[in-house]
Amino acid sequence: MGTKLIIIVALVLGGIAIAQLMRLYELSSKMSKSDESEVGTRDNNLNGRLMLGFMAFLFLGFIWLMMEFGWTGRGEAASVHGKAYDWLLDLNFWIIIIVFFLTNALLFVFAFKYTKKPGVKAFYFPHNNKLEMIWTIVPAVVLAVIIILGLRTWNDITADSGKDAINVELFSKQFDWTARYAGDDNILGKFDYKLTTDANELALMTTATIDTAIASMESGVNGIKTIESKLNDPSLIMVPEERAKMVEDLSRKQRLIRLLYQMREKHNSKIDASAYDDVIQKDTLYLCENQPYEFTFRAKDVIHSAYFPHFRAQMNTVPGVVTRFKFTPDISTKSMREKKNDPAFNYVLMCNKICGGAHYKMKMIVVVLPKGEYDSWMNSKKGPGSFKSIFQPVVEAPAPAVEPATADSTAVAPVV
Amino acid sequence: MAAVAHEAHGHHDSHGHHDDHGHHEEGFVSKYIFSQDHKMIGKQFLMTAIFMGIVAMILSILFRIQLAWPGEGSDFVSFFLGEEWAPGGVMKEDMYLGLVTIHGTIMVFFLLTGGLSGTFSNMLIPLQLGARDMASGFLNMLSYWFFLISSLIMLFSMFVESGPAMAGWTIYPPLSALPQAVSGSGTGMTLWLVSMTIFIASSLIGSLNYIVTVLNLRTKGMKMTRMPLTIWAFFVTAVLGVLSFPVLLSAALLLMMDRLAGTSFYLSDIIVGGEMLTNHGGSPLLYQHLFWFLGHPEVYIVLLPALGLSSEIISTNARKPIFGYRAMIGSILAIGFLSFIVWGHHMFVTGMNPFLGSVFVFTTLLIAIPSAVKVFNYLTTLWKGSLHLTPAMMFAIGLVSTFITGGVTGIILADSALDIAVHDTYFVVAHFHIVMGMSAVLGMFAGVYHWFPKMFGRMMNLRLGYAHFWVTLVGAYGVFFPMHFVGLAGAPRRYYDYSAYNEFDTSSLDMIMDLNIIITFFAIIAAIGQLLFLFNFFYSIFRGPKAPQNPWKSNTLEWTTPVEHIHGNWPGELPTVYRWPYDYSKPGSEVDFIPQTVPLADGEEEH
Ligand code: HEM
Ligand SMILES: [Cu+2]
Ligand SMILES: [Cu+2]
Repeated sequence: MGTKLIIIVALVLGGIAIAQLMRLYELSSKMSKSDESEVGTRDNNLNGRLMLGFMAFLFLGFIWLMMEFGWTGRGEAASVHGKAYDWLLDLNFWIIIIVFFLTNALLFVFAFKYTKKPGVKAFYFPHNNKLEMIWTIVPAVVLAVIIILGLRTWNDITADSGKDAINVELFSKQFDWTARYAGDDNILGKFDYKLTTDANELALMTTATIDTAIASMESGVNGIKTIESKLNDPSLIMVPEERAKMVEDLSRKQRLIRLLYQMREKHNSKIDASAYDDVIQKDTLYLCENQPYEFTFRAKDVIHSAYFPHFRAQMNTVPGVVTRFKFTPDISTKSMREKKNDPAFNYVLMCNKICGGAHYKMKMIVVVLPKGEYDSWMNSKKGPGSFKSIFQPVVEAPAPAVEPATADSTAVAPVV
Repeated sequence: MAAVAHEAHGHHDSHGHHDDHGHHEEGFVSKYIFSQDHKMIGKQFLMTAIFMGIVAMILSILFRIQLAWPGEGSDFVSFFLGEEWAPGGVMKEDMYLGLVTIHGTIMVFFLLTGGLSGTFSNMLIPLQLGARDMASGFLNMLSYWFFLISSLIMLFSMFVESGPAMAGWTIYPPLSALPQAVSGSGTGMTLWLVSMTIFIASSLIGSLNYIVTVLNLRTKGMKMTRMPLTIWAFFVTAVLGVLSFPVLLSAALLLMMDRLAGTSFYLSDIIVGGEMLTNHGGSPLLYQHLFWFLGHPEVYIVLLPALGLSSEIISTNARKPIFGYRAMIGSILAIGFLSFIVWGHHMFVTGMNPFLGSVFVFTTLLIAIPSAVKVFNYLTTLWKGSLHLTPAMMFAIGLVSTFITGGVTGIILADSALDIAVHDTYFVVAHFHIVMGMSAVLGMFAGVYHWFPKMFGRMMNLRLGYAHFWVTLVGAYGVFFPMHFVGLAGAPRRYYDYSAYNEFDTSSLDMIMDLNIIITFFAIIAAIGQLLFLFNFFYSIFRGPKAPQNPWKSNTLEWTTPVEHIHGNWPGELPTVYRWPYDYSKPGSEVDFIPQTVPLADGEEEH
């Protein structure tokens, strides 16, 4: 409270001080008969010179920032397309830096040089077609080059990945990432969000997961049966809002369960295998050096964005839609640490689309391993980390449909 | 001064009301509050916008403190947020997002759309065209009142228990549709949508009025090709608003339906807060298309008026015709048209079809051409001029600088390939603050300094104006220039703090933190510098020296009206226009300006 008072008092005193200064200024300007509409020669010249001074501040400031921080604060690109990206970025930067210096210099130099001088009249120069043609055409040509080069890189980056790309899915939710490797068949198993249960956080689709989802929705802790019995229990006294909420919850679950039954009808158990061999991985994403990857992205709740600054890669993850991005990491974490001379350095996957309070913490460390190390890591993962061993159908007393807080801790334990 | 009593309302006209139509007894309420006079309405817009601008600026200082000194308690923060939202003077994560959201919303819509167009279109369209008032005074009044109500609702939304909207000023669903996802998507978001709906109504009514006035109420001789560039800019701005704001309204209404009526326009396959929703088949990308169909033209709705004002100010104070008048009009029209077919550049990494992305690259980079033409024309106007460096002129020159500096980084962002690694980083924040935020704010200041004598019949203090300009320009560059480098280090925007970097890259973290402290330092300086303006502004309204008839020796019609405001603007007949507004330093003329009302001399050619 004390500080608040001090702030207010300081503001009031400051106001009074300026008011007094103004009085003084007014008195003095009355004596010297200056007029607010006629800018005096002194003011004009002073401000003209300050324009030059400001130009120096702007340019030197820019050069200092460049030297101190550079334009690749995130370091050398660590992916194949990233090299092309950086080349293009540098080229564009050189173009715009030249334009920045040139036009700002003209602006401030003119502002200085052509300040009013007694007896010098302005030059009446309303238009000139030739000049205007020049500065329409020159930017147009430069832009054409920028567009052509840009689109070439864009087409390469967004093209289909080749056959030898490994499929990896990144699953995003508030506020973490889960990776799913396609396993030996390099096919990612199908999924449907309605199959989400504690034991099946990624909602993969197999005969057993469908059964579990149905069981949990019907007779889990918050299942349809429980809700119905609560609603029909005369001894339970509920506030009307609570009851209304329960009724709504029930009707939602009844709609979902119908869809789940339809799903079971249509399900072909032959595809179960493609899901069971998928390898699920939290916390750290391991990638193999010089191996092309085809990433697909999913979101459970809101939009997130998978941003890999060091690989110059980014793609939004959108609920209800599967998005994709491909890249080939080409510098292992170890060599990057050596290059950067920073033994603690790591690549990272950050969330780059506002997604709620802890958005700024939503990240996953990325480790790029040389082929040998990667293979042995993968081999050790295939058994215990596969969906087949993670997923334990819970038939008797299914857990509540979804309870993310506990889901995390219980499901992670066996994985890592 | 009896008028001092009205101070508190802020809509003060410092002069007695001389009205040649004879109704002297016009009451306080109809003169200051429910006024239908375009000049008073313009001032009402200005006062409201200044207030909103101050609020948004304080919000930015609050979250800048968090960014520079994360986790350190601050008295300043706790003063404004209290224990509820900032226990121990450290703001909560949610509140950080809320502040950023409301800051962006107020700056873009309330300060620079409502404030800038509202003030100057109202003030200048009738005065510079030689009209007695807007086409419909009543609708004009309505437009202001809707604006005020929406402003109040937006402010009020910051005080609800679950906090203000927290999904960013772009309020992308599903985040903005699901109260389970973030607390601000409850009541706060509803109020945001209600406020914006009313705001859109205000903007539409205003814009239609401007368009009709420009088309129908030009005085004798005021051909379209003799209109000042200010009017051209306001006119195209109004057209853009009429075509694009309804699309935002539809986006907002669909969002409202998803929130309240259980529809699935934007929602599909979602589990949030442990609840499995049944919505299926909606598309979050639909929202983004609708939003940016407004959102990009919005950038030009903000910018064009500022460019129009600065064209007029630069020409007047350079004592030279604006170079390439017709090319300037052509550029305004081209920018206006192109701004409707570039919205996809905000969506390169949303999963939109890459080919569609290529098309948007092409259209976006096209817009750089008319923008470049404008810059070169400004430069040529200064060349061999006789510059009167009034504060307005200085701000206009500052605008040209920020328009260049912010414009060139747009070339990086418009290139879909390059956008991949800078999208949604601080590089973008730097870009749009300089090109849109700073340019428009500098343009608005230029306008206020230049037309203050016309609005209030008094002059502002020059020296304070200069001091204000230099603090603002240095502060603005000091804040937004380093942000590019934060972005190039890979720092995402809308992050509450960057301590997560500790776990993977401490050298980048050091760099980001160093820069963040520099930025916050300049932000605080720039914010304090605005006190110079506020003081000068309010002080001069009451005590500034009386304005002469035509203080800047300008050619346009507004300076032929009496200094003291009257209904109908001109006491006698409306003026007749004989020439374009830019006959400055015309060879063969004694004086260095020839007002539009002066007939062509024998044998004189129009420009
Ligand atoms: C005092 C001067 C200002 C400072 C220090 C400032 C600073 C900031 C910062 C740090 C952000 C957060 C960026 C992020 O995390 O994404 C931000 C957001 C924003 N600012 Fe400013 N800003 C200022 C003035 C303005 C002006 C004049 C405008 C008008 C265009 C503006 C428009 C915005 C917008 C649209 C956003 C995005 C909000 C969002 O992410 O939803 N700001 N500002
Ligand atoms: Cu996220
Ligand atoms: Cu845009």
